Amino acid sequence: MIEFEIPKPIAMANTALETVAVNMMRTKSRYFDEHEHEIPWDYINFMHMAMSQTGAGALAPPQEKKPDPDGKPRPPIGYQRLTFMLEMLSWGDVGMYLVTPGGGLGAAAVEAAGSAEQKQLFLKRFSGEKPVFGAMAMTEPQAGSDTSAICSTAVLDKEANEWILNGEKIFVTAGHKSLCESNGFVVVWATIDPSAGRAGMRGFVIPAGIPGVSVTKLEKKMGIRCSDTASIVMQDARVPFENMLGSLEIVRDSGTAKGFQKAMATFDATRPLVAATGIGVARAALEFLKEKLSEQGITIRYGLPRQKLTNIEREFIDMEVQLRSAWLLIVKAVWMADNHLPNSMEASMSKLRAGDAVTRITQRATEIMGPLGFSREYLLEKWFRDAKITDIYEGTGQINRLIVARHVLGYSGSDLR
Amino acid sequence: MYSFEPDDEQKMLVDAMNKFAINDLRAKASENDEEGHLPPFLVEKGWELGFLQASIPEQYGGFGERSAVTGVLAAEEMAYGDLAGALAVMTPGSFAIPVLLVGSEEQKQKYLPAIAEAEWSPYTAGIIEPYFDFDSLDLRTTAVEENSQFLINGEKMYVPYAADAEALIIYAKLDGKTQGFILHRDADGLEVGEREKTLGLYALPTYRVRLKGVRVPKSDRLGGEQGHDFAPILDAMRIALAAMAVGVSRSALEYARDYAKEREVFKVKVAQKQAIAFMIAEMATEIEAIRLVVWEAAWMMDKGMPDACKQAYLALNGAMDMAMMVTDRAVQVLGGHGYIREHPVERWMRNGRGIAMLNGLVIV
Repeated sequence: MIEFEIPKPIAMANTALETVAVNMMRTKSRYFDEHEHEIPWDYINFMHMAMSQTGAGALAPPQEKKPDPDGKPRPPIGYQRLTFMLEMLSWGDVGMYLVTPGGGLGAAAVEAAGSAEQKQLFLKRFSGEKPVFGAMAMTEPQAGSDTSAICSTAVLDKEANEWILNGEKIFVTAGHKSLCESNGFVVVWATIDPSAGRAGMRGFVIPAGIPGVSVTKLEKKMGIRCSDTASIVMQDARVPFENMLGSLEIVRDSGTAKGFQKAMATFDATRPLVAATGIGVARAALEFLKEKLSEQGITIRYGLPRQKLTNIEREFIDMEVQLRSAWLLIVKAVWMADNHLPNSMEASMSKLRAGDAVTRITQRATEIMGPLGFSREYLLEKWFRDAKITDIYEGTGQINRLIVARHVLGYSGSDLR
Repeated sequence: MYSFEPDDEQKMLVDAMNKFAINDLRAKASENDEEGHLPPFLVEKGWELGFLQASIPEQYGGFGERSAVTGVLAAEEMAYGDLAGALAVMTPGSFAIPVLLVGSEEQKQKYLPAIAEAEWSPYTAGIIEPYFDFDSLDLRTTAVEENSQFLINGEKMYVPYAADAEALIIYAKLDGKTQGFILHRDADGLEVGEREKTLGLYALPTYRVRLKGVRVPKSDRLGGEQGHDFAPILDAMRIALAAMAVGVSRSALEYARDYAKEREVFKVKVAQKQAIAFMIAEMATEIEAIRLVVWEAAWMMDKGMPDACKQAYLALNGAMDMAMMVTDRAVQVLGGHGYIREHPVERWMRNGRGIAMLNGLVIV
């Protein structure tokens, strides 16, 4: 049965989140944009307190559902819940949303690639008294989208039963907060066998406070300035054997590069979520534009044939179509995730569509505002800067096109490079 | 709750439609297009799948309930075979669905069993007018009340099967609103012109219809004496055409995909070039994105939600652009071969152009 009804618990949560977005985020948006690397502790502490009842925080994979009091099975909606939450918080301020405490992509990686014991061991820290952050480190100075070119290494010291990690990671979202501002961890992707290519890649849980791990740089960015983007250097950093996610066995068949697949599985789960954050930004921009136009007596006359519409109306209607269609792709992708359906193609579709839609919507919204669109008097110029990252992180639009194309064409990575 | 899974009945319907679309409509589409003709047996075969009949309740000769969601699923699937053939099969719906939605009890009893219980017969409707700024909410065809009758004047274009019509609904402006009027083929002042020559849809017979002082008794005003609300009809037209755009685009995507996997270029398949592969990825994404907007609009209509009207409008707006974007790229993927009529992509591109201009031609 095809249905588009927002589940009740999500609708209720959304109302509460909107209050947070309006009162705690929008009011501070400009301040934290202009004071890069300052930390919005008020928001962080509030969110930690508010979320402590519901378990892990933003971007962490959903908890299993509670049994229904009537004994009826409920369809799982954990990813959908998260998607709506992220959209609303990002509508408030995506930079601040990105510093929402919780496991983030780090916990998502543990959830996707870790054993039951590892999940138990590593994820409980997020439900403690103080806000704790998690992060994932994939990108290296010479390896961005080509994640198989990663050259951080992990060597097993058999006597100590410890892994020794070396290498440099960059663009680690919340890396500083995970390692320096809280008792969190970063999941670092490194190879246990450089000759094995992708098959040799594994995720390693690097907790805060490990000797040999240092945060060496905080990036200055075009947008999402409230969110820390860290460089992390590992020099003979040692972690216990059980901090490796996945199996020690290397399967050298490129079609079944399991370690790497686990990394990619993380992205299947999180791409639509990241796409949802972009949608929040674009919705904010579009609503702002509508309000400003209406102050000028311009309303959008839905229902007219295109030939009768003004250029602004046409643009606006097209932006609405782009926003809605991208959003629905996201909802479908996370609905599939909730129902344990393979959604790699849909996840990438939603991400590339959202990346396109939100960058174009914010670009056009600023243009329609004329000279005012360039002014920092309004948050619109900030949303323009914030939106652009949607098409870059968690797989660029081009990488996602590659993934979608492989699915549609039935091609492997070697058929279509 | 959200769900993107059609129910079992819908799946069966889509499956039957899909077989008909591929084995019958698609198989004959090129020939029909070249000859400018749709064989009656083909149209009848599509009719017998019973999609319209399943939208009409038993008391009016059908065997089901209308659902906009089911409607868009079926429309997409049929258009996936061939747009001209699909429009022909669904032409009686252009008459029956408005009667079902807003017709008076008397009109329902008079027309619905006559349509649902018979073979396919040319009941049709005319709304589109030959003006660049044609607007279904601001028609130039007028209806004026005179001596307890309506006097209708104006001109319609793209009226399918008008020459052979049993009866047709003609939409006209009455007191500033769009209203339907049921006309019979032999009404005085109703002139059916020459068959139209069009950019696409060569196989579908459509006609200009001129209305010169046609007199319509009050009882033949759609909805009876009080008339009717036009919004549900317009919404159902929009999502039907939008769904068909999805079907046409899907066929173009699949054809381009298969061709690109066969065709060699620089010692690899052309699909292995990112320039082509990325076009295909974008086409697939576009189709899936717009399909979901269409589904959502249909679902909102079934729920009677007030925003359904806007959503249907957005869906059709998206579908217009999708149809052009996807069908144009399908031709482009095939290069020179795409321009040759041995391949269907040029036909789909011509038909795809029509999505932006042909709202009103079909309804679910």
